[in-house]
Amino acid sequence: MTNPILETRNLTKVYGQNTIFKNIDLKVNEGETIVIIGPSGTGKSTLLRCINLLTSHDGGQVFLDGNEITAKGYNEDEVRQQIGMVFQNFLLFNHLTAFDNVMIGLTRVKKMPKEQAKAKAMEELNRVGLADRADHYPGQLSGGQQQRVAIARALAMDPRVMLFDEPTSALDPELIGEVLGVMAKLARDRMTMIVVTHEMGFAREVADRIVFMEKGNIVEEGTPDDLFYHPKHDRTREFLWKITELYGKKEKEKGDKA
Amino acid sequence: MSDFYAFFVRFLPDLLKGAGITLLLTVQGLVAGFVLGLLATLARTYGSKFWRGLAVGYIELFRGTPLLVQLFLIYYGLPGLGITLSRELSAFLALGLNSGAYQAEYLRGSILAIGDNQMMAGRSIGMSKWKTIWYVILPQALRLAIPAWSNEPVSLLKSTGVVFLIAVPELMAKAKAIAARTYDPIGSYLAVALVYLAMVYLLDAVLRWIERASRIPGFESEGKKA
Repeated sequence: MTNPILETRNLTKVYGQNTIFKNIDLKVNEGETIVIIGPSGTGKSTLLRCINLLTSHDGGQVFLDGNEITAKGYNEDEVRQQIGMVFQNFLLFNHLTAFDNVMIGLTRVKKMPKEQAKAKAMEELNRVGLADRADHYPGQLSGGQQQRVAIARALAMDPRVMLFDEPTSALDPELIGEVLGVMAKLARDRMTMIVVTHEMGFAREVADRIVFMEKGNIVEEGTPDDLFYHPKHDRTREFLWKITELYGKKEKEKGDKA
Repeated sequence: MSDFYAFFVRFLPDLLKGAGITLLLTVQGLVAGFVLGLLATLARTYGSKFWRGLAVGYIELFRGTPLLVQLFLIYYGLPGLGITLSRELSAFLALGLNSGAYQAEYLRGSILAIGDNQMMAGRSIGMSKWKTIWYVILPQALRLAIPAWSNEPVSLLKSTGVVFLIAVPELMAKAKAIAARTYDPIGSYLAVALVYLAMVYLLDAVLRWIERASRIPGFESEGKKA
């Protein structure tokens, strides 16, 4: 049994009186794609932000490669270079071209020599299929393109783990596919990923494991087959049934319009 | 009318000399105020409690009292504490400190508008807080601030007029001298008004050019939405 690349132990987050999530134990092995699903407001996004220390936690620990990154005095900026993050709203740097968005971390954080950084930035844009949009500013790109640039920006740092926080929720339906395509390719290349999403098709086809969270707890986790066809808990079954029906309807509407 | 024209032409060289000093005071005050305002607004937005308090205290003090009072306190008041400053230095200090308080507020608005999201994005690739401020937040916030901030150079240019009260030989002081010499206050102040007007017009042209030159494709509409 190999050691997990990322592990949370008893991770807990509280906002005032509200417990966002409690005692979350999550193990992610190298090269694994974990998809976290669950109703909105169950702390999935906050969990991701606690994992890369963008939000402070209130209990428990996070380990990366066996080192406790939640330990006092641990260099947060160092951690975030190793745990990349893709946001729901892309959050590109609006004053920089796609190319410079990818490059800025290399030159300003990694202090890479300029020529080397340029080559690397181009390579990452290529990886998400946007080399021909290098000179475009975020405001000149579609949502799907912006999100792919954001993925390239995170990948450029050569992270050990990538976190995706509902990466397609802010996209028009016709743009979702291109982003999921890039993510599926990353999964095939054995990038370690934790993905929060409502895209059940992606979860079923790409995830190695699916984690169902509700009300700040992990209700159930297992392979896509386990969860979709043999859920142990009624809540899992109910949620999956509801969301599949909902998305089925959406698909049908799309079909009707077309 | 032709009388005024002759009057204007006669005193124009003198007025332009004053205008030069006015322009110098404006530029100096603007630059000093920009540095002070930027520091104050960064301290207020991102600083610890101590720096925040200091920044708010400075901004409130200099926005809440008349420029003339500040000028007199510096020029006539400080010698009482054993600090005697020249007229020019007093004028520079008063204008810079005063403008800084206003510029801090212009900048703060746009920094808040750029907001926590860009900070989070910068931090997410391992940038430190201050690196993110420098490379991500300020380049956007400063651009966003330009339209509102454009009031400040014009307003400051006109405010410099008060320093004639401590006998700095700027534009207003010249006008006063000419009025006294010629017994023609209407002609004199009308002439000075024209010179101010011309300077404001030129300043506006420069500011509009800066605004255009710093534009980011596809960014303005985003700013309008926010």
